Amino acid sequence: MMAAVICLGSLGFVAALLLGMAARRFAVTVDPRQVALMDILAGANCGACGFPGCDAYARALVAGTAKPDLCRPGGAETLKRIATILGVAVTERPPQIAVVRCQGDLQHARLKYAYQGLQDCRAAQKLARGPKLCPAGCLGLGSCVQHCPFDALAIDSRGLAMVNRSRCTGCGLCVTICPRQVLALAPANETIHVLCNNRESSARVKSYCNAGCLGCRLCVRTAPESFVMDSFLAKVRYGYGEPSTMAEAIARCPHHCILNLDEQGNNQTLPTPHSVRERSTP
Amino acid sequence: MEPRTPLLIVSPSPHLHAGLTTRGMMGAVLLALLPAAATSIYLFGLPALRVLLICVVGSVAMEALWQKVADQPITVRDGSAALTGLLVAFNLPASSPWWLSLLGAALAIVVGKQVFGGLGHNPFNPALVARIVLLISFPSAMTHWTAPQPGRFLADAISAATPLSESQSAVMLTGHLPQHIIGFSSRYLLGNMPGCLGEVSALALLLGALFLLWWGVISWHIPISYLGTVTLLSGAFWLIDPSRYPHPAFHLVSGGLMLGACYMATDLVTSPLTSRGMLLFGCGCGLFTVLIRLFGSYPEGVAFSILLMNAVTPLIDRYVVPRPFGMDRSRELA
Amino acid sequence: MIQPSFPGGTHPPGHKTATADARSEICPLPAELVIPLAQHVGAPALPCVTAGQWVARGQLVGRANGFVSVPVHASTSGLVTAVEPRPHPCGADLPAVVLQPDGADTWADEYQKQSFHVLSVEAMLERIREAGVVGMGGAAFPTHVKLDPPQGKVIDTVIVNAVECEPWLTADRRVLLEQTEKVLTGLEILQEISGADHAYIGLEDNQPDVARLLAPHCQKRGIGLAVLPTKYPQGAERQLIYAVTGRRVPARGLPMDVGVLVQNVGTIAALTDAVTRGRPLIERMVTISGPAVVRPQNLRVRIGTPVAHLLEHCGVTEEPAMVILGGPMMGSAQHTPAVPVVRGTSGVLAFRRQDLPTTTAGPCVRCGRCVNACPMNLQPTFIADFARRDELELAERFAARNCIECGSCSFICPANIPLVQSIRYAKGAILARRRRI
Repeated sequence: MMAAVICLGSLGFVAALLLGMAARRFAVTVDPRQVALMDILAGANCGACGFPGCDAYARALVAGTAKPDLCRPGGAETLKRIATILGVAVTERPPQIAVVRCQGDLQHARLKYAYQGLQDCRAAQKLARGPKLCPAGCLGLGSCVQHCPFDALAIDSRGLAMVNRSRCTGCGLCVTICPRQVLALAPANETIHVLCNNRESSARVKSYCNAGCLGCRLCVRTAPESFVMDSFLAKVRYGYGEPSTMAEAIARCPHHCILNLDEQGNNQTLPTPHSVRERSTP
Repeated sequence: MEPRTPLLIVSPSPHLHAGLTTRGMMGAVLLALLPAAATSIYLFGLPALRVLLICVVGSVAMEALWQKVADQPITVRDGSAALTGLLVAFNLPASSPWWLSLLGAALAIVVGKQVFGGLGHNPFNPALVARIVLLISFPSAMTHWTAPQPGRFLADAISAATPLSESQSAVMLTGHLPQHIIGFSSRYLLGNMPGCLGEVSALALLLGALFLLWWGVISWHIPISYLGTVTLLSGAFWLIDPSRYPHPAFHLVSGGLMLGACYMATDLVTSPLTSRGMLLFGCGCGLFTVLIRLFGSYPEGVAFSILLMNAVTPLIDRYVVPRPFGMDRSRELA
Repeated sequence: MIQPSFPGGTHPPGHKTATADARSEICPLPAELVIPLAQHVGAPALPCVTAGQWVARGQLVGRANGFVSVPVHASTSGLVTAVEPRPHPCGADLPAVVLQPDGADTWADEYQKQSFHVLSVEAMLERIREAGVVGMGGAAFPTHVKLDPPQGKVIDTVIVNAVECEPWLTADRRVLLEQTEKVLTGLEILQEISGADHAYIGLEDNQPDVARLLAPHCQKRGIGLAVLPTKYPQGAERQLIYAVTGRRVPARGLPMDVGVLVQNVGTIAALTDAVTRGRPLIERMVTISGPAVVRPQNLRVRIGTPVAHLLEHCGVTEEPAMVILGGPMMGSAQHTPAVPVVRGTSGVLAFRRQDLPTTTAGPCVRCGRCVNACPMNLQPTFIADFARRDELELAERFAARNCIECGSCSFICPANIPLVQSIRYAKGAILARRRRI
């Protein structure tokens, strides 16, 4: 009995001693500010800041090698708190949100070929430049959905990517993933967008799709301060809108590719868990 | 807008396929196990048939049920659930009550396979997981052996001990092997001994294994290295003391070794990818089997040793890697 | 002698009998030829004709643009109707010279046939470059670049790639049988240019008749005839070099690093024409075959002939569901039959829907078949898995870039996983990232 107690007791003591020594010897000192930063960063490790994960960004912030305004998912609130911790002055950056600039579903856009292969847009894009005739249209194979760290993207029933505007943090990861640059970031408070991504002439666009921007300039003529042309593609000048003329421009667009997402309710539906789940090969 | 005349299909190269699919492979293994299944029914009669049916049907139903509940695509058509069920049955004694068989099937499918993410993701052989869980939870039911009564399908069961447990208890009690095991006889080869359903007939199992080798479903590496290690090791012990350690041929045909080496250790999912890894895996299985059989408290060590090596498989896959063609030394992988 | 065999490999069914033993025929001219300006690895040629201009057969229509580039020629005489983007085998619309044949097939001025012995190495290289000779096995790498290794690289062995390991294709075989003398002369030219002492013809043992035909010639000229056990992808450069000479080309290196030069049979025949007759590469042997083709055959096809014309000429049983340029293992499926035959097109294969593998991809069952089949000794299943999860560092550490995209792994995969597609994506992404950094 006594022997056992002494045995176990001394074992415990030796182990405790070793642990204590190890804790001293291998202690890692972390700047308390880094710990505090880790707490307020979004924690999604989305990589939008350009660092491999939130931890790395926090370290870089403390080291003074990174700008404080890079955490896009965190938005203004995080920026403010980072600034307080680091004791620096910052200017706010307007929050952004991703927009899917394509309405070319199977009813509207023509296919180039019947694709069989990996359910991944970037892989499909390498086969004869993608299964859709339009070189700028959404392929709908969901690479962006698979990579979105915030579950803010889904492939809707039309086979196009859609953004859940309440979840999107504007981290911009999808913009870098999409092989056709269908996704773009736009100011979060803007609801009117041109939902086409094809800069080609009207003849070409017509041969691909009847929901694409033809470059007819009707919107620019109707609301010159709100729209600009980029080659044959109309674009919204965000922040220069005058609602009534813009509404008129929307009404006059022959292919209905200018949309007010607020009114249409498009791209706002909550993605169902089904469509979010990775459906590709394991 | 109407689509153009039928679109051409574009898929990534290659545009040919060898033809052997996952389903085909599972089917081939099922086919290869048929002789052993038939033998077990011949030897143990209707109770064996009952266990086989409950396990196979139970496994398939369990997998379908799980996938239905988990809202996953139902993949029972790939045959893997049926195969798991058959292997579970092969690991049960003929006298197993219905609930034991059903529990085994459920354990294999749920605990062994689906919780890890289904086919291809399970680290351990599902059928062996079921066997071990049952063996530890219900030791008496799992070691209640009946003597084979060839051809007498409706005969009353007679309790008996497996040769392995017989030899173990004899060595423990008397210090040497019983006479009939020293003078090992060929009846074991045909399976005329008490034991689990699938393990008794080494001959039927070998027949199926040869078919699988010929069909290219399994490679020779694991069975040969496994059986070879067992033969060498047990042979060494036998040479040291033939009265205490059984002849290697006895080891080869008794217990679950043949079933384990040809069908359980070769399970694609839980064995290493490379040939060298497979050899290593087989040797490890053989080593543990002999050690457990000769020195462990369980008479049989095949299931444990395969599960142990299953646990090592990721390590083997990480360190035993082929050297890329045209590269000087194996670069640091992983 | 026991030949060393390269690691891995598979045995796809041959399907060669339909076209193997019939003499090749000349393909009639189509109504319109579409001659792309990019038919080779490197910078596309610059057009030097305009719409409305009449050109002679063999006349230059596109000038080489830099060292790694070759000129493009008119495949027949006729009227240039346009220089515009047209469907290209790569899948995009790329600039091409559109030619309406006049039927006269008038040659531009042609050299007298002359022996290559009177020419200097530089002159021969110049002729090869001007003729636009590129690797005709499919890679379409400019031959003059390959024949002009940088200082310090010594070539001691030339290998003729007559392996043709792709199912269905028999074009190289027909070239070898019908233009034996041309190929052997070409081999001499190659030795002359490269200064190689040893020459081999690499052949698979599924063509014993070709081996018998070549044996006396080879003996006479001191050429080694390497008859290799049939295995895919024997025709891949690294694998062929290993099988013939036992040398391993370093993973990041080129055949010239081990002193070897490999040329495809068709390329060598074209090169002979270029050197001895000054003829540009405007025609090539193409196998038109596949289950959907009624009269499978080998045709001598003008570069720029639309695939639709070939299929019409050979007849299709029904509307093909897939049209492949090249072989079924490494060739590319086309989105339209309007694409033309280019210099690297060794075959045109048409498949019906029922001939294509239909099963969808399942989960990997870790059977290790891809690992055993990989001729580069890689672990395709791991690389593909990393690629799908965008773990490019890991993919690179598992030597994703060594992949030669032969397709053995996907071909053998019981779960039907498009491994090559994933690995191809990983390779591209790794390169793109390297360029960024």
